[in-house]
Amino acid sequence: MKISKKDVINTAELARLEFSDEQVEKFTSQLGNILEYIEDLNELDTKKIKPTSYGLEISTPLREDEVNQTITVEEALQNAPQSEDGFFVVPKVIED
Amino acid sequence: MTLPRTIKQASELIKSKEISPVELTKSFLEKIDSNDKKLNSFITVLHDKALESAKEAESQIVKGNYKGPLHGMPIGLKDIFVMKDVRATCGSKMLENFVSPYNATVTNKLLDAGVVILGKNNMDEFAMGSSNETSYFGTVKNPWDLERVPGGSSGGSASATAANLCIASLGTDTGGSIRQPGALCGIVGMKPTYGRVSRYGMIAFASSLDQAGPITKTVEDAAIILNVISGDDPLDSTSVDMPAPDYTKSLTGDIKGLKIGIPKEYFIDGMDKEVEQATNKAISHLESLGAEIIEISLPHTSYAVSTYYIIAPCEASSNLARYDGVRYTYRSPDVKTLNDLFVKSRTEGFGDEVKRRIMIGTYALSSGYYDAYYLKAQKVRTLIRKDFDDAFEKVDVIAAATSPETAFKIGEKTGDPIKMYLSDVLTIPCNIAGIPGISVPCGFSSNGLPIGLQILGKHFDEETILKVAHAYEQQNKWFEQNPEF
Repeated sequence: MKISKKDVINTAELARLEFSDEQVEKFTSQLGNILEYIEDLNELDTKKIKPTSYGLEISTPLREDEVNQTITVEEALQNAPQSEDGFFVVPKVIED
Repeated sequence: MTLPRTIKQASELIKSKEISPVELTKSFLEKIDSNDKKLNSFITVLHDKALESAKEAESQIVKGNYKGPLHGMPIGLKDIFVMKDVRATCGSKMLENFVSPYNATVTNKLLDAGVVILGKNNMDEFAMGSSNETSYFGTVKNPWDLERVPGGSSGGSASATAANLCIASLGTDTGGSIRQPGALCGIVGMKPTYGRVSRYGMIAFASSLDQAGPITKTVEDAAIILNVISGDDPLDSTSVDMPAPDYTKSLTGDIKGLKIGIPKEYFIDGMDKEVEQATNKAISHLESLGAEIIEISLPHTSYAVSTYYIIAPCEASSNLARYDGVRYTYRSPDVKTLNDLFVKSRTEGFGDEVKRRIMIGTYALSSGYYDAYYLKAQKVRTLIRKDFDDAFEKVDVIAAATSPETAFKIGEKTGDPIKMYLSDVLTIPCNIAGIPGISVPCGFSSNGLPIGLQILGKHFDEETILKVAHAYEQQNKWFEQNPEF
Protein backbone atom coordinates (compact mmCIF):
# COMPACT_ATOMS: atom_id res chain seq x y z
CA MET A 1 0.00 0.00 0.00
CA LYS A 2 1.55 3.26 -1.05
CA ILE A 3 0.73 6.29 1.07
CA SER A 4 -0.19 9.48 -0.80
CA LYS A 5 0.19 13.12 0.16
CA LYS A 6 -3.58 13.20 0.56
CA ASP A 7 -3.40 10.26 3.03
CA VAL A 8 -0.76 12.13 5.01
CA ILE A 9 -2.86 15.29 5.16
CA ASN A 10 -5.98 13.31 6.21
CA THR A 11 -4.08 11.37 8.85
CA ALA A 12 -2.57 14.58 10.22
CA GLU A 13 -6.06 15.98 10.57
CA LEU A 14 -7.17 12.90 12.53
CA ALA A 15 -4.09 13.19 14.77
CA ARG A 16 -4.60 16.93 15.25
CA LEU A 17 -1.26 17.79 13.70
CA GLU A 18 -0.42 20.30 11.00
CA PHE A 19 2.39 20.16 8.45
CA SER A 20 3.82 22.66 5.98
CA ASP A 21 3.93 21.61 2.31
CA GLU A 22 7.60 20.80 2.70
CA GLN A 23 6.92 18.60 5.76
CA VAL A 24 4.07 16.82 3.95
CA GLU A 25 6.57 15.89 1.23
CA LYS A 26 9.07 14.63 3.81
CA PHE A 27 6.50 12.67 5.85
CA THR A 28 4.93 11.14 2.72
CA SER A 29 8.30 9.78 1.71
CA GLN A 30 9.36 8.66 5.20
CA LEU A 31 6.00 7.09 6.13
CA GLY A 32 5.94 5.45 2.69
CA ASN A 33 9.32 3.85 3.40
CA ILE A 34 8.22 2.65 6.83
CA LEU A 35 4.96 1.19 5.50
CA GLU A 36 6.91 -0.50 2.73
CA TYR A 37 9.34 -1.94 5.26
CA ILE A 38 6.61 -3.45 7.43
CA GLU A 39 4.98 -5.13 4.44
CA ASP A 40 7.24 -8.13 5.08
CA LEU A 41 4.59 -9.29 7.57
CA ASN A 42 2.39 -10.18 4.61
CA GLU A 43 4.77 -13.05 3.82
CA LEU A 44 3.34 -14.82 6.87
CA ASP A 45 0.10 -16.76 6.71
CA THR A 46 -1.70 -15.77 9.89
CA LYS A 47 -5.27 -16.81 9.01
CA LYS A 48 -5.43 -19.38 11.80
CA ILE A 49 -3.34 -17.45 14.34
CA LYS A 50 -4.97 -15.77 17.31
CA PRO A 51 -3.85 -12.20 18.07
CA THR A 52 -1.81 -11.43 21.19
CA SER A 53 -2.37 -8.16 23.06
CA TYR A 54 0.18 -8.71 25.82
CA GLY A 55 3.29 -10.85 26.04
CA LEU A 56 1.67 -12.90 28.80
CA GLU A 57 -1.87 -13.75 29.80
CA ILE A 58 -3.24 -11.09 32.08
CA SER A 59 -6.60 -11.30 33.79
CA THR A 60 -8.43 -8.19 34.82
CA PRO A 61 -8.08 -7.74 38.58
CA LEU A 62 -11.23 -6.64 40.38
CA ARG A 63 -11.51 -4.49 43.48
CA GLU A 64 -14.21 -2.85 45.58
CA ASP A 65 -15.53 0.37 44.09
CA GLU A 66 -14.53 2.77 46.82
CA VAL A 67 -14.21 6.53 46.80
CA ASN A 68 -10.61 7.58 47.39
CA GLN A 69 -8.91 10.94 47.46
CA THR A 70 -6.22 10.95 44.80
CA ILE A 71 -5.30 14.56 44.08
CA THR A 72 -7.16 17.75 44.99
CA VAL A 73 -8.78 20.14 42.51
CA GLU A 74 -5.98 22.63 43.21
CA GLU A 75 -3.34 20.02 42.42
CA ALA A 76 -5.18 18.98 39.28
CA LEU A 77 -5.17 22.60 38.14
CA GLN A 78 -1.61 23.45 39.11
CA ASN A 79 -0.27 22.69 35.63
CA ALA A 80 -3.22 24.18 33.72
CA PRO A 81 -2.18 26.66 31.03
CA GLN A 82 -5.32 28.64 31.93
CA SER A 83 -7.89 28.03 34.66
CA GLU A 84 -10.68 29.85 36.45
CA ASP A 85 -12.96 28.97 39.41
CA GLY A 86 -11.80 25.35 39.47
CA PHE A 87 -12.15 24.83 35.72
CA PHE A 88 -9.79 24.55 32.75
CA VAL A 89 -10.37 27.45 30.38
CA VAL A 90 -10.47 26.88 26.59
CA PRO A 91 -11.58 29.06 23.67
CA LYS A 92 -15.34 29.41 23.38
CA VAL A 93 -16.94 26.42 21.65
CA ILE A 94 -20.57 27.60 21.30
CA GLU A 95 -21.31 30.80 19.43
CA ASP A 96 -23.47 33.50 21.12
CA MET B 1 37.80 11.37 47.62
CA THR B 2 37.41 8.66 44.99
CA LEU B 3 33.70 8.19 44.57
CA PRO B 4 32.37 4.66 44.98
CA ARG B 5 30.95 3.32 41.70
CA THR B 6 28.59 0.62 42.85
CA ILE B 7 25.73 0.34 45.32
CA LYS B 8 27.63 -2.51 46.92
CA GLN B 9 30.74 -0.37 47.58
CA ALA B 10 28.85 2.76 48.60
CA SER B 11 26.46 0.96 50.93
CA GLU B 12 29.38 -0.71 52.71
CA LEU B 13 31.00 2.69 53.24
CA ILE B 14 27.73 4.07 54.60
CA LYS B 15 27.04 1.08 56.80
CA SER B 16 30.52 1.20 58.33
CA LYS B 17 30.07 5.01 58.70
CA GLU B 18 33.23 5.67 56.69
CA ILE B 19 31.22 8.10 54.63
CA SER B 20 27.97 9.85 55.45
CA PRO B 21 25.04 10.03 53.03
CA VAL B 22 25.35 13.83 53.03
CA GLU B 23 29.03 13.73 52.03
CA LEU B 24 28.27 11.15 49.38
CA THR B 25 25.39 13.16 47.92
CA LYS B 26 27.38 16.41 47.96
CA SER B 27 30.24 14.73 46.09
CA PHE B 28 27.90 13.41 43.41
CA LEU B 29 26.15 16.77 43.02
CA GLU B 30 29.53 18.46 42.62
CA LYS B 31 30.52 15.90 40.04
CA ILE B 32 27.30 16.53 38.11
CA ASP B 33 27.84 20.31 38.30
CA SER B 34 31.37 20.10 36.96
CA ASN B 35 30.95 17.28 34.40
CA ASP B 36 27.44 17.20 33.03
CA LYS B 37 27.99 20.13 30.69
CA LYS B 38 29.96 17.65 28.59
CA LEU B 39 27.38 14.86 28.71
CA ASN B 40 23.96 16.56 29.07
CA SER B 41 22.72 13.49 30.93
CA PHE B 42 20.42 15.32 33.37
CA ILE B 43 17.43 17.49 32.50
CA THR B 44 16.79 18.51 36.12
CA VAL B 45 19.25 18.33 39.03
CA LEU B 46 17.59 18.29 42.45
CA HIS B 47 20.28 20.00 44.54
CA ASP B 48 18.05 20.93 47.50
CA LYS B 49 15.79 17.89 47.54
CA ALA B 50 18.73 15.50 47.24
CA LEU B 51 20.51 17.10 50.18
CA GLU B 52 17.30 17.02 52.20
CA SER B 53 16.90 13.27 51.51
CA ALA B 54 20.57 12.69 52.34
CA LYS B 55 20.19 14.48 55.68
CA GLU B 56 17.10 12.42 56.46
CA ALA B 57 18.96 9.21 55.56
CA GLU B 58 21.86 10.27 57.73
CA SER B 59 19.71 10.95 60.78
CA GLN B 60 17.87 7.65 60.30
CA ILE B 61 21.11 5.70 60.04
CA VAL B 62 22.58 7.45 63.09
CA LYS B 63 19.45 6.45 65.00
CA GLY B 64 20.07 2.86 63.99
CA ASN B 65 17.25 2.66 61.42
CA TYR B 66 19.35 1.34 58.54
CA LYS B 67 16.90 0.36 55.81
CA GLY B 68 19.19 -1.70 53.59
CA PRO B 69 21.62 -1.37 50.69
CA LEU B 70 19.76 1.48 48.98
CA HIS B 71 19.68 3.69 52.07
CA GLY B 72 21.49 6.92 51.20
CA MET B 73 22.28 5.82 47.61
CA PRO B 74 22.46 8.73 45.15
CA ILE B 75 20.62 7.65 42.02
CA GLY B 76 19.07 9.18 38.91
CA LEU B 77 15.55 8.72 37.56
CA LYS B 78 14.79 8.80 33.86
CA ASP B 79 12.60 11.86 33.31
CA ILE B 80 9.69 9.57 32.39
CA PHE B 81 8.96 8.73 36.07
CA VAL B 82 6.97 11.30 37.99
CA MET B 83 8.03 12.58 41.38
CA LYS B 84 5.84 14.84 43.50
CA ASP B 85 6.61 18.57 43.16
CA VAL B 86 9.33 17.88 40.59
CA ARG B 87 9.22 18.62 36.87
CA ALA B 88 8.69 15.57 34.63
CA THR B 89 9.36 16.50 31.00
CA CYS B 90 9.64 13.11 29.30
CA GLY B 91 12.20 14.85 27.08
CA SER B 92 9.47 16.93 25.42
CA LYS B 93 8.60 20.60 25.01
CA MET B 94 5.02 19.39 25.57
CA LEU B 95 5.79 18.75 29.26
CA GLU B 96 8.55 21.32 29.69
CA ASN B 97 6.78 22.93 32.64
CA PHE B 98 4.82 19.97 34.00
CA VAL B 99 5.30 19.58 37.75
CA SER B 100 3.92 16.30 39.02
CA PRO B 101 1.32 16.37 41.81
CA TYR B 102 2.08 12.73 42.73
CA ASN B 103 4.75 10.04 42.88
CA ALA B 104 5.09 7.07 40.56
CA THR B 105 4.88 3.75 42.42
CA VAL B 106 8.56 3.08 41.70
CA THR B 107 9.46 6.57 42.97
CA ASN B 108 7.62 5.77 46.21
CA LYS B 109 9.31 2.40 46.53
CA LEU B 110 12.78 3.85 45.99
CA LEU B 111 12.17 6.71 48.42
CA ASP B 112 10.83 4.26 51.01
CA ALA B 113 14.07 2.29 50.64
CA GLY B 114 15.96 5.48 51.50
CA VAL B 115 17.47 6.47 48.14
CA VAL B 116 18.56 10.00 47.37
CA ILE B 117 17.24 11.09 43.98
CA LEU B 118 19.89 13.34 42.44
CA GLY B 119 17.84 14.37 39.45
CA LYS B 120 15.96 13.45 36.32
CA ASN B 121 17.92 11.93 33.46
CA ASN B 122 17.71 13.06 29.86
CA MET B 123 15.94 10.76 27.38
CA ASP B 124 14.58 10.58 23.86
CA GLU B 125 11.31 12.50 23.56
CA PHE B 126 8.53 10.29 25.01
CA ALA B 127 11.10 7.44 24.94
CA MET B 128 10.93 7.34 21.12
CA GLY B 129 14.45 6.94 19.84
CA SER B 130 17.56 4.77 19.97
CA SER B 131 20.23 7.46 20.30
CA ASN B 132 18.95 10.15 22.66
CA GLU B 133 19.00 12.62 19.77
CA THR B 134 15.23 13.26 19.82
CA SER B 135 15.23 14.93 23.25
CA TYR B 136 13.90 18.50 23.28
CA PHE B 137 16.65 19.15 25.85
CA GLY B 138 19.49 18.20 23.51
CA THR B 139 21.54 15.19 22.57
CA VAL B 140 23.26 13.19 25.32
CA LYS B 141 26.91 12.26 24.78
CA ASN B 142 28.53 8.89 25.34
CA PRO B 143 31.25 9.20 28.02
CA TRP B 144 33.45 6.70 26.11
CA ASP B 145 33.51 9.03 23.11
CA LEU B 146 31.82 12.42 23.25
CA GLU B 147 31.19 12.41 19.49
CA ARG B 148 29.03 9.32 19.82
CA VAL B 149 25.50 8.62 21.04
CA PRO B 150 24.84 6.83 24.34
CA GLY B 151 21.98 4.87 22.79
CA GLY B 152 18.36 5.42 23.73
CA SER B 153 15.87 6.04 24.86
CA SER B 154 17.30 5.84 28.41
CA GLY B 155 20.49 7.50 27.12
CA GLY B 156 20.80 10.02 29.95
CA SER B 157 20.44 7.29 32.58
CA ALA B 158 23.09 5.15 30.86
CA SER B 159 25.54 8.00 30.21
CA ALA B 160 25.24 9.36 33.78
CA THR B 161 25.64 5.89 35.31
CA ALA B 162 28.65 4.98 33.12
CA ALA B 163 30.32 8.32 33.93
CA ASN B 164 29.45 7.81 37.61
CA LEU B 165 27.46 11.02 37.90
CA CYS B 166 25.06 8.78 39.81
CA ILE B 167 25.55 5.34 41.37
CA ALA B 168 22.72 3.92 39.28
CA SER B 169 19.59 5.03 37.48
CA LEU B 170 16.13 3.77 36.73
CA GLY B 171 15.19 3.53 33.05
CA THR B 172 12.38 2.17 30.89
CA ASP B 173 12.50 -0.32 28.06
CA THR B 174 9.82 -0.54 25.34
CA GLY B 175 11.93 -2.00 22.53
CA GLY B 176 15.43 -2.03 24.04
CA SER B 177 15.62 1.39 25.71
CA ILE B 178 17.44 0.08 28.80
CA ARG B 179 19.53 -2.73 27.30
CA GLN B 180 20.77 -0.98 24.14
CA PRO B 181 22.10 2.17 25.94
CA GLY B 182 23.46 -0.18 28.63
CA ALA B 183 25.47 -2.00 25.94
CA LEU B 184 26.60 1.20 24.20
CA CYS B 185 27.75 2.77 27.49
CA GLY B 186 29.42 -0.36 28.93
CA ILE B 187 27.12 -0.93 31.89
CA VAL B 188 24.35 -3.29 33.03
CA GLY B 189 20.78 -2.67 31.89
CA MET B 190 17.88 -4.89 32.82
CA LYS B 191 14.31 -5.14 31.56
CA PRO B 192 12.18 -7.26 33.91
CA THR B 193 9.23 -9.37 32.76
CA TYR B 194 6.27 -7.28 31.62
CA GLY B 195 4.10 -6.87 34.73
CA ARG B 196 6.92 -7.39 37.23
CA VAL B 197 7.28 -3.65 37.96
CA SER B 198 4.40 -1.18 38.25
CA ARG B 199 3.93 1.30 35.41
CA TYR B 200 1.88 3.70 37.53
CA GLY B 201 3.39 7.17 37.22
CA MET B 202 5.61 6.15 34.34
CA ILE B 203 4.59 8.29 31.38
CA ALA B 204 3.07 5.90 28.83
CA PHE B 205 4.52 5.23 25.38
CA ALA B 206 3.35 1.75 24.30
CA SER B 207 1.42 0.29 27.20
CA SER B 208 1.66 -3.39 26.25
CA LEU B 209 5.47 -3.16 25.94
CA ASP B 210 6.72 -0.54 28.46
CA GLN B 211 8.59 -1.80 31.51
CA ALA B 212 10.84 -0.10 34.08
CA GLY B 213 14.20 -1.49 35.13
CA PRO B 214 17.60 -0.77 36.67
CA ILE B 215 20.67 0.69 34.95
CA THR B 216 23.75 -0.11 37.05
CA LYS B 217 27.44 -0.92 36.91
CA THR B 218 27.09 -4.49 38.17
CA VAL B 219 24.55 -7.29 38.05
CA GLU B 220 24.42 -7.38 41.84
CA ASP B 221 23.39 -3.70 41.90
CA ALA B 222 20.63 -4.48 39.38
CA ALA B 223 19.38 -7.27 41.66
CA ILE B 224 19.39 -4.93 44.66
CA ILE B 225 17.26 -2.36 42.82
CA LEU B 226 14.95 -5.00 41.37
CA ASN B 227 14.33 -6.28 44.91
CA VAL B 228 12.91 -2.88 45.80
CA ILE B 229 10.94 -1.92 42.68
CA SER B 230 9.25 -5.20 41.76
CA GLY B 231 5.83 -6.31 42.95
CA ASP B 232 2.12 -6.07 42.36
CA ASP B 233 0.48 -2.65 42.41
CA PRO B 234 -3.28 -2.08 42.65
CA LEU B 235 -2.72 1.14 40.66
CA ASP B 236 -1.46 -0.78 37.60
CA SER B 237 -3.90 -3.43 36.42
CA THR B 238 -1.19 -5.11 34.33
CA SER B 239 1.22 -5.56 37.22
CA VAL B 240 1.26 -9.18 38.23
CA ASP B 241 0.49 -10.57 41.64
CA MET B 242 3.36 -12.98 42.00
CA PRO B 243 5.81 -13.17 44.89
CA ALA B 244 9.17 -11.59 44.04
CA PRO B 245 12.16 -13.48 45.42
CA ASP B 246 15.35 -11.94 46.85
CA TYR B 247 17.21 -11.61 43.56
CA THR B 248 20.64 -11.27 45.18
CA LYS B 249 20.30 -14.89 46.37
CA SER B 250 20.50 -16.19 42.81
CA LEU B 251 23.97 -14.66 42.28
CA THR B 252 25.89 -17.79 43.17
CA GLY B 253 28.41 -17.78 40.33
CA ASP B 254 27.46 -21.38 39.61
CA ILE B 255 25.99 -21.99 36.16
CA LYS B 256 27.13 -25.60 35.77
CA GLY B 257 24.66 -27.63 33.75
CA LEU B 258 22.52 -24.65 32.75
CA LYS B 259 21.35 -24.83 29.17
CA ILE B 260 22.07 -21.67 27.19
CA GLY B 261 20.44 -21.31 23.77
CA ILE B 262 22.21 -19.39 21.00
CA PRO B 263 19.69 -18.21 18.39
CA LYS B 264 21.28 -18.30 14.96
CA GLU B 265 18.91 -15.54 13.77
CA TYR B 266 20.60 -13.08 16.15
CA PHE B 267 23.80 -13.15 14.11
CA ILE B 268 22.37 -10.84 11.49
CA ASP B 269 23.79 -9.67 8.17
CA GLY B 270 25.69 -6.45 8.51
CA MET B 271 26.52 -7.07 12.15
CA ASP B 272 29.75 -5.43 13.37
CA LYS B 273 32.48 -8.10 13.21
CA GLU B 274 33.96 -7.07 16.53
CA VAL B 275 30.55 -7.35 18.22
CA GLU B 276 30.15 -10.80 16.71
CA GLN B 277 33.59 -11.86 17.95
CA ALA B 278 33.01 -10.50 21.45
CA THR B 279 29.63 -12.29 21.61
CA ASN B 280 31.16 -15.60 20.51
CA LYS B 281 33.97 -15.20 23.01
CA ALA B 282 31.50 -14.54 25.82
CA ILE B 283 29.49 -17.62 24.82
CA SER B 284 32.66 -19.75 24.94
CA HIS B 285 33.35 -18.30 28.33
CA LEU B 286 29.91 -19.32 29.58
CA GLU B 287 30.64 -22.80 28.27
CA SER B 288 33.94 -22.91 30.14
CA LEU B 289 31.99 -22.10 33.30
CA GLY B 290 30.09 -25.34 32.84
CA ALA B 291 27.01 -24.22 30.92
CA GLU B 292 25.75 -26.31 28.05
CA ILE B 293 25.61 -24.31 24.80
CA ILE B 294 22.81 -25.29 22.43
CA GLU B 295 22.13 -23.78 19.04
CA ILE B 296 18.46 -22.82 18.72
CA SER B 297 16.21 -21.12 16.21
CA LEU B 298 13.76 -18.26 16.77
CA PRO B 299 12.38 -18.35 13.24
CA HIS B 300 10.26 -15.17 13.34
CA THR B 301 13.01 -12.87 14.64
CA SER B 302 13.31 -10.95 11.38
CA TYR B 303 9.64 -9.91 11.63
CA ALA B 304 9.99 -8.37 15.09
CA VAL B 305 10.98 -4.87 13.98
CA SER B 306 7.98 -4.62 11.64
CA THR B 307 5.65 -5.96 14.31
CA TYR B 308 7.04 -3.45 16.79
CA TYR B 309 6.76 -0.52 14.40
CA ILE B 310 3.04 -1.19 14.08
CA ILE B 311 2.16 -2.05 17.69
CA ALA B 312 4.23 0.65 19.40
CA PRO B 313 3.11 3.58 17.21
CA CYS B 314 -0.55 2.45 17.39
CA GLU B 315 -0.44 2.39 21.18
CA ALA B 316 1.54 5.64 21.23
CA SER B 317 -0.90 7.47 18.98
CA SER B 318 -3.65 6.55 21.41
CA ASN B 319 -1.64 7.29 24.58
CA LEU B 320 -0.40 10.63 23.28
CA ALA B 321 -3.89 11.84 22.39
CA ARG B 322 -4.04 13.15 25.98
CA TYR B 323 -1.55 15.92 25.13
CA ASP B 324 -4.14 18.36 23.90
CA GLY B 325 -3.03 21.71 25.32
CA VAL B 326 -6.03 21.86 27.68
CA ARG B 327 -5.02 20.57 31.10
CA TYR B 328 -1.34 20.24 31.92
CA THR B 329 0.74 20.57 28.78
CA TYR B 330 2.24 23.18 26.53
CA ARG B 331 -0.48 25.42 25.03
CA SER B 332 0.09 27.40 21.87
CA PRO B 333 -0.30 31.11 22.66
CA ASP B 334 -1.90 31.94 19.36
CA VAL B 335 -5.27 30.17 19.10
CA LYS B 336 -8.80 31.26 18.27
CA THR B 337 -10.86 28.05 18.32
CA LEU B 338 -10.75 24.87 20.39
CA ASN B 339 -9.60 22.81 17.40
CA ASP B 340 -6.88 25.40 16.79
CA LEU B 341 -5.78 24.90 20.37
CA PHE B 342 -5.44 21.13 19.89
CA VAL B 343 -3.71 21.33 16.53
CA LYS B 344 -1.30 24.18 17.26
CA SER B 345 -0.35 22.97 20.74
CA ARG B 346 0.41 19.46 19.44
CA THR B 347 2.18 20.69 16.31
CA GLU B 348 4.41 23.06 18.31
CA GLY B 349 4.81 20.78 21.36
CA PHE B 350 5.90 17.50 19.72
CA GLY B 351 9.17 16.86 17.87
CA ASP B 352 9.46 15.12 14.50
CA GLU B 353 10.07 11.53 15.68
CA VAL B 354 7.04 11.67 17.98
CA LYS B 355 4.96 13.06 15.12
CA ARG B 356 6.17 10.30 12.80
CA ARG B 357 5.06 7.64 15.25
CA ILE B 358 1.72 9.31 15.95
CA MET B 359 1.18 9.47 12.18
CA ILE B 360 2.05 5.79 11.61
CA GLY B 361 -0.19 4.77 14.50
CA THR B 362 -3.10 6.96 13.48
CA TYR B 363 -2.85 5.74 9.89
CA ALA B 364 -2.60 2.07 10.89
CA LEU B 365 -5.60 2.35 13.21
CA SER B 366 -7.73 4.45 10.87
CA SER B 367 -10.86 3.09 9.29
CA GLY B 368 -10.17 0.26 6.82
CA TYR B 369 -6.57 -0.37 7.86
CA TYR B 370 -6.93 -1.93 11.33
CA ASP B 371 -6.97 -5.55 10.09
CA ALA B 372 -4.10 -5.04 7.67
CA TYR B 373 -1.79 -3.51 10.24
CA TYR B 374 -2.64 -3.70 13.94
CA LEU B 375 -4.45 -7.05 13.90
CA LYS B 376 -1.82 -8.53 11.58
CA ALA B 377 0.95 -7.34 13.93
CA GLN B 378 -0.82 -8.83 16.94
CA LYS B 379 -1.00 -12.17 15.16
CA VAL B 380 2.68 -12.09 14.33
CA ARG B 381 3.22 -11.21 17.97
CA THR B 382 1.70 -14.60 18.79
CA LEU B 383 4.22 -16.29 16.48
CA ILE B 384 7.20 -14.42 17.99
CA ARG B 385 6.06 -15.33 21.48
CA LYS B 386 5.64 -18.95 20.48
CA ASP B 387 9.23 -18.99 19.15
CA PHE B 388 10.39 -18.19 22.68
CA ASP B 389 7.97 -20.65 24.34
CA ASP B 390 9.32 -23.43 22.11
CA ALA B 391 12.95 -22.43 22.72
CA PHE B 392 12.47 -22.36 26.49
CA GLU B 393 11.33 -25.95 26.43
CA LYS B 394 14.89 -26.83 25.45
CA VAL B 395 17.00 -24.17 27.19
CA ASP B 396 17.05 -22.20 30.44
CA VAL B 397 18.19 -18.87 28.97
CA ILE B 398 19.10 -17.41 25.59
CA ALA B 399 22.33 -15.50 24.92
CA ALA B 400 23.10 -13.13 22.04
CA ALA B 401 24.47 -9.66 21.31
CA THR B 402 22.46 -6.73 22.70
CA SER B 403 23.13 -4.35 19.83
CA PRO B 404 24.47 -5.32 16.39
CA GLU B 405 26.99 -2.47 16.60
CA THR B 406 28.86 -0.25 19.05
CA ALA B 407 27.92 3.38 19.72
CA PHE B 408 27.47 5.27 16.44
CA LYS B 409 28.32 8.89 15.67
CA ILE B 410 25.92 11.66 16.61
CA GLY B 411 23.91 12.57 13.49
CA GLU B 412 24.82 9.34 11.68
CA LYS B 413 21.27 7.96 11.51
CA THR B 414 18.98 10.91 12.15
CA GLY B 415 18.12 11.30 8.45
CA ASP B 416 16.91 7.72 8.01
CA PRO B 417 14.23 6.52 10.48
CA ILE B 418 14.42 2.87 9.38
CA LYS B 419 18.19 2.73 9.89
CA MET B 420 17.62 4.09 13.39
CA TYR B 421 14.80 1.58 14.06
CA LEU B 422 17.12 -1.30 13.13
CA SER B 423 19.40 -0.38 16.06
CA ASP B 424 16.90 -2.30 18.20
CA VAL B 425 16.61 -5.38 16.02
CA LEU B 426 18.07 -7.67 18.73
CA THR B 427 16.26 -6.15 21.72
CA ILE B 428 12.71 -5.75 20.34
CA PRO B 429 11.65 -9.47 20.32
CA CYS B 430 12.01 -9.63 24.13
CA ASN B 431 9.47 -6.81 24.62
CA ILE B 432 7.07 -8.33 22.11
CA ALA B 433 7.13 -11.61 24.04
CA GLY B 434 7.09 -9.86 27.45
CA ILE B 435 10.09 -11.85 28.73
CA PRO B 436 12.93 -10.46 30.89
CA GLY B 437 16.32 -9.50 29.44
CA ILE B 438 19.61 -8.10 30.66
CA SER B 439 22.63 -6.59 28.94
CA VAL B 440 26.02 -7.05 30.61
CA PRO B 441 29.35 -5.68 29.30
CA CYS B 442 31.39 -8.25 27.33
CA GLY B 443 34.38 -6.31 26.06
CA PHE B 444 35.47 -3.41 23.91
CA SER B 445 36.02 -2.78 20.21
CA SER B 446 39.47 -1.88 18.88
CA ASN B 447 38.51 1.81 19.07
CA GLY B 448 37.61 1.50 22.74
CA LEU B 449 33.81 1.29 22.57
CA PRO B 450 31.88 -1.04 24.89
CA ILE B 451 30.03 -4.15 23.68
CA GLY B 452 27.09 -5.79 25.48
CA LEU B 453 26.00 -9.40 25.88
CA GLN B 454 22.26 -9.98 26.17
CA ILE B 455 20.71 -12.76 28.26
CA LEU B 456 16.99 -13.47 27.83
CA GLY B 457 14.91 -15.62 30.16
CA LYS B 458 11.52 -17.17 30.73
CA HIS B 459 8.59 -15.09 31.95
CA PHE B 460 9.22 -14.18 35.62
CA ASP B 461 12.54 -16.00 35.71
CA GLU B 462 14.70 -12.93 36.33
CA GLU B 463 16.72 -15.05 38.75
CA THR B 464 18.32 -17.22 36.09
CA ILE B 465 19.30 -14.37 33.76
CA LEU B 466 20.80 -12.49 36.72
CA LYS B 467 22.66 -15.64 37.74
CA VAL B 468 24.16 -16.15 34.27
CA ALA B 469 25.01 -12.45 33.75
CA HIS B 470 26.62 -12.30 37.19
CA ALA B 471 28.69 -15.46 36.69
CA TYR B 472 30.04 -14.08 33.41
CA GLU B 473 30.66 -10.62 34.87
CA GLN B 474 32.59 -11.87 37.90
CA GLN B 475 34.98 -13.82 35.68
CA ASN B 476 35.67 -10.92 33.34
CA LYS B 477 35.13 -7.78 35.42
CA TRP B 478 34.73 -5.41 32.48
CA PHE B 479 33.00 -3.07 34.93
CA GLU B 480 36.38 -2.22 36.42
CA GLN B 481 37.14 -0.17 33.29
CA ASN B 482 35.80 3.35 33.47
CA PRO B 483 35.43 6.00 30.79
CA GLU B 484 37.63 9.09 30.87
CA PHE B 485 35.95 12.08 29.31
